[in-house]
Amino acid sequence: MSTQEHTAVAHLHRDDVRSRMGMWLFLFTELILFGGMFFLYAVYRFLHQADFHVAAKSMNILIGTVNTAILLTSSLTIALSIAALQNKKKILSLILQGITVIFGLLFLVNKYFEWSAEIHHGNYPGSPELISQSSGHILFFGLYYVMTGLHGLHVIIGMVVIMFMMRFTIKDVITPDHIVKLEAAGLYWHLVDIIWIFLFPLFYLIT
Amino acid sequence: MDKHNELAEHSNHRYGKYILVWLGLLTLTAITVAVAGVNLGSITIATAIIIASIKSYLVLTVFMHLKSESKTFKIFVGVAVFFIIISLVLLFSDYSNM
Repeated sequence: MSTQEHTAVAHLHRDDVRSRMGMWLFLFTELILFGGMFFLYAVYRFLHQADFHVAAKSMNILIGTVNTAILLTSSLTIALSIAALQNKKKILSLILQGITVIFGLLFLVNKYFEWSAEIHHGNYPGSPELISQSSGHILFFGLYYVMTGLHGLHVIIGMVVIMFMMRFTIKDVITPDHIVKLEAAGLYWHLVDIIWIFLFPLFYLIT
Repeated sequence: MDKHNELAEHSNHRYGKYILVWLGLLTLTAITVAVAGVNLGSITIATAIIIASIKSYLVLTVFMHLKSESKTFKIFVGVAVFFIIISLVLLFSDYSNM
């Protein structure tokens, strides 16, 4: 009996490692997706240095910095929620997961105000004001909307995934002994954070 | 699993470590914003990228548990990062000769 149990536990262990590896492999495909855009940014920035500097001046550094702090803090709360559940503190873990979702929402609210302000200033793709600008200026805003937009989409997906993890935690599908789903969700959220860590200086701090 | 149980036992220690890393990440963000205000000329972008890389390293190793994962994971991530750097180097060796 005890050997059987031992085998079962050992099997579970291998399964968890594979699950995490699968998640990492998925994260590499995300890296290819965003990586391609970062290469595009690098080349256009290289070709239109002066235009990029001028265009970046209209970015709101304060909102960018606040959003960076929000995402970094949400990364902390999701990491803490995993540690809390491993420490068999289910309620604390659920609260921390909930806080992570709220931080994600705050990030998007800031993004909404930021985009609204840019659109109000006429800085949106195809606007008459933007089209009259230099091609580097147009490229900067094109990249800005595509890259931060795709990142924002990832934040929304991450929030939905974490809400599912909260439901799984409540229903005891995720337990201290079977935590790999929450770990995978955490990995996804951290990757979204890392992408923002690079987007922030490239779009907000190059003036 | 052993490794994870071990980690769970030292959970309080882990909370502290995560909070410390978070404080470090916020400090680095403050530095990168402060440095952006100073005109460092051509090294401005390099400084920003280096700080972002340090931040990513902290997130990868501590928050994403890469430090406590097996060697296979580390090699995977190492290869991925290596190819991104190679691509960037090739990209710029091409464009700088235009």
